[in-house]
Amino acid sequence: MTLGFITWLLVFQLLGEVISKGLGLPLPGPVVGMALLFVVLVVRGDLPDGLKDTAAGLLKHLSLLFVPAGVGVMMHLHLLQDEWQAISVALLVSTLATIAVTALVMKGLFKLSGKPEEETSDE
Amino acid sequence: MSEGFTEIWVYLAASPLLGLTLTLVAYQVGMWIYTRTNLNPLFNPVLIAVVVLVALMMGTGTEYGTYFEGAKFVHFMLGPATVALAVPLYRQFQKVRGSFLMILAAILSGSVTAALSAIGVAWALGASRETLLSLAPKSVTAPIAMGIAEATGGVASLTAVLVILTGIIGAVFGTWTLNALGVKDWRARGLAMGTASHGIGTARALQVNEVAGAFASLAMGLNGLATAVLLPLILQLIF
Repeated sequence: MTLGFITWLLVFQLLGEVISKGLGLPLPGPVVGMALLFVVLVVRGDLPDGLKDTAAGLLKHLSLLFVPAGVGVMMHLHLLQDEWQAISVALLVSTLATIAVTALVMKGLFKLSGKPEEETSDE
Repeated sequence: MSEGFTEIWVYLAASPLLGLTLTLVAYQVGMWIYTRTNLNPLFNPVLIAVVVLVALMMGTGTEYGTYFEGAKFVHFMLGPATVALAVPLYRQFQKVRGSFLMILAAILSGSVTAALSAIGVAWALGASRETLLSLAPKSVTAPIAMGIAEATGGVASLTAVLVILTGIIGAVFGTWTLNALGVKDWRARGLAMGTASHGIGTARALQVNEVAGAFASLAMGLNGLATAVLLPLILQLIF
């Protein structure tokens, strides 16, 4: 992880915040920053090694980073308590439906385009 | 709890050191259990850390704000980490340029399905508006989902927990669903796992097959972007 590339990530985040707030977009600033960085990489057509390593270091423990916010659920436990039935059914149905729709659309589109199934599972 | 311990706790709780240290310790306890169970998705390290910390805070009567004074140093890194997601996204994108439009179409269909089905089912079962808005971005990777929830009027911390539960559901039932539907293409299987259940689904896909893992990782990044753009529009239409 190098200081230079950490700085770049912060600069992109800051740009994202400025664009999002400036244009009144309902988009989180860091997501705009991520989209900007993605576009810059595609245009450059090349990924600097230092950026690759810095991102890998930061993302290795990505899930640690949302623990503090997750603990905030202690202030909203009443929502989980009162609505756990609606929440659990919605999570289950919606997650399985999303898996089904995405997989079937992707399978159908690959078939339509005549792209061969490169690798198939035998599960 | 002895008098002395309470005094020490009250003293330490006022300093950022305690919240920060406890966050790292709880997460590592979670990781230790997760590794010990051979990466069983039911023993998700974040969920374990959150449950341990919530129990500890409530048990000691510590306010969330006091805890967050220390934990905010970890929380702050979410922003740059979200930006850094562009790097794996770019790397996967390079591999699939030829079929990018088709892949994007499949992910968009998944993104809309995720939001509409979650809102629809929860609404039909009488969930509150707060819950509906927190539930809508649940298939997106947590750092992006929390940002979306904040921007659209949901409760970011509730979203974080719902995102983790969604990931666990996808990781546990994904293979079964895909087999029942007869989807055998690793690309389609991975894409579905990453779109529906973000990083946790991606980790599961990677365990099974490398191609599936790569497509899951691509889907996770693109669905984050897609949902961030689409969800505010969808919510405007239905609310």
